[in-house]
Parts: sequence; C-alpha cells; structure tokens
Amino acid sequence: MRLARRILIWAALAAAIGVPIAAAAMSPQLAWRGPIYIIAGFAGIVALGLVLVQPLLIGGYLPGLQAYRGRRVHHWIGGTLVAAIVIHVAGLWITSPPDMIDALTFTSPTPFSPFGVIAMWAIFAVALLASLRRRLGLRPRTWRIAHTVLAVIIVVGSVAHAVLIEGTMETVTKVALCTLVVVAAAKVLGDLWLWRKRGTLRDSSVARQ
Amino acid sequence: MTAFLFNRRSLLVAGSAVLASGVSGLLLPARAEGLAPTASMPGGANNYRKGAATVERIGKGGFWMSGTVRRAGDGAPLAGQRIQIWAHTVEGQEHEPQSHGATLTDKDGKFRLEMPQIIPIFGQPHGHLAYDSGEFKTVFLRPVMKSARETSLEAHFVLQPA
Repeated sequence: MRLARRILIWAALAAAIGVPIAAAAMSPQLAWRGPIYIIAGFAGIVALGLVLVQPLLIGGYLPGLQAYRGRRVHHWIGGTLVAAIVIHVAGLWITSPPDMIDALTFTSPTPFSPFGVIAMWAIFAVALLASLRRRLGLRPRTWRIAHTVLAVIIVVGSVAHAVLIEGTMETVTKVALCTLVVVAAAKVLGDLWLWRKRGTLRDSSVARQ
Repeated sequence: MTAFLFNRRSLLVAGSAVLASGVSGLLLPARAEGLAPTASMPGGANNYRKGAATVERIGKGGFWMSGTVRRAGDGAPLAGQRIQIWAHTVEGQEHEPQSHGATLTDKDGKFRLEMPQIIPIFGQPHGHLAYDSGEFKTVFLRPVMKSARETSLEAHFVLQPA
C-alpha cells in the first residue's frame, strides 16, 4: 500500500510535468520555428515544471525526498531553474533581439512579458540570497520572509506569464500545470505556517537550515 | 490661508478630468484639432528592414494585410503611399528578407497585400507595418490578431507632415 502510494505520487508528478511538455512537443507551431527558438521555449516550459517541484520538495510531499534530502534537491533544482531561465532568455534574445530588449526594459507591447521578467529577477534574487545566506549572516526569520515573498512573486509571475502567452503549449495542459503550481505553493505555505504555529515542524532543521 | 490639497481624491478627480478630455479628444477628433495622427506602437519597429521592395505578393500568400492611410487633420485619403509589411509567417521569421514586402495605397488611400499566414511569435500572432518614406512622419504599427487562426489583419495610418 505504501509502495503503491509512492509510485502514485511520483507518477502523478511525472505526468503533471511530462504531459504538458509532450503536448507542446506536438505543437504545429514548432514547424515554423528555428532550433534555438524551440530550445528557448522548452526551457521556459521546463522552468515552469521545476516551479511545481520546488514547493513539493520543501513540503516533504515527495516520497524518498523528505526533510534534509528534500532540501538538498530543492537547492539543486533551484540552480537548474536559474540555468533554465538563462537558456530561455538567451535563446529568445538570439531569436529576436529587439523583442527581448523590449521585454527586459519593460517596454514590451505584450502583457505577459513583465510578469516573466519580474519572475526571472525574483528567481535570480532568491538563488543569490540562498548562496550568500551564510556569508551575509541572514537570520532564519529574515531568510524565511525574504524567500516566501520571492517565492510568491515567482509563482504568480510565472503562472501569469505562461497563461497569457500564445505559444507552443497546449491550453488545457498549460492551465492544468499552472493550477498545480499555484496549489502546490499555497499548500506548502499553509503547511509551513501551521507547523511553525504548532511548533511541530517535521524536522526542526527546516527552521534552522 | 488656503492649503493646496493634493490628496488621493483630488488626484483622482484631476486625473479623470485629464483622462476624460484626452479620451473625448480621441473619440471626437474632428471637433477641434481634426483627425489626430497615429502614434507608433511599442515594439512596432522590431526587426524592421529599411527599404523593403514593393511586391505583388509576399511569398506564396494566403493571408491578407490591409488598411488605410489618411492625412492628419482633414482625414483626406493619401494615394500612392508606400507601406512596408513584415511578420513571422509560415515562410520565414520576422527578420528574414523573404518575410518583408511593401505595397502602395490606391486612390482611396487603401492598401492590401497578400502574404504568407502569420503565426504567433514571442507569444502573440502579430504583424508589423511601417510608413517610412520621408514625406510624412515615420509610423510603425504592430497589430495583433484576435486568434492565430485568422487569415487577415488590418492596420490604419493617419500621417502628419514630417
């Protein structure tokens, strides 16, 4: 029974991320795009998938990756997320430099661009803070608040960015993935708040780590 | 003593007054200063290539870009004006030469150019048009299609002397 549950959770996560990617891979739009543009687009979709994984790891919802291991993987996925965003932006820049410059300078005519750019800066900021946290001597409380605020910006920005774009992602699978991203983030924020309030953090190192 | 009050309410009142006058100016252009010139759109000039050739059709066609060109003020149609058109289509990306072409307006100030089907690029199915011939001020437009399935798109120019 426990094994079945583990398999089910991992299969659900694989489907939640894999199905939208597979659907995008079948998009007729791909026929009219160059390889760099295609890679840039998929880097964005993968990044959205990683934004779903991050709260699941911190909440300890993924079997086999709870507590310390979950947080280790969370750090690695965070780094991968930064890399995916860099590939996404660099690829789009190569595809159409003026459109990317407009987006980065918040002068783009497309409504989704500022959401994506804000989420990008929030991802970079949280990665930078995480790597400099000890050196800066950030107090756990300060770090927690900073990370929470940035995480909310990342989730809202990424989802708004993805939903408003008319690209290779298929609408139903895109909206489903975005919904899961929001639900996962809300769930972990709620759980962390509850565990802290009860003083029963599953693993006390969550507060210290 | 009369303190100058600049609170949120006064800002809202003043702001909406400015907005109302501005909007009515757009809605009723012929009243005071006449037909207002079209402003360039953000991103309109992206991937522009100067001097696109006047063509019968861009590529194999299948999609129609059309519109009008009028003079600011009296709204008179402008004949023989060169409008340059480009987009990301099924036959090429925005920056590629084969995606660009130009056409001239007829005696009624209308233009219409067949081009390949526009497809979404950078998240929106859109086209680009430019008036850049010198006699009037340069204008770059970037109209967006309501749906990627549409097979036509319109853009309208109101030009002012350079």
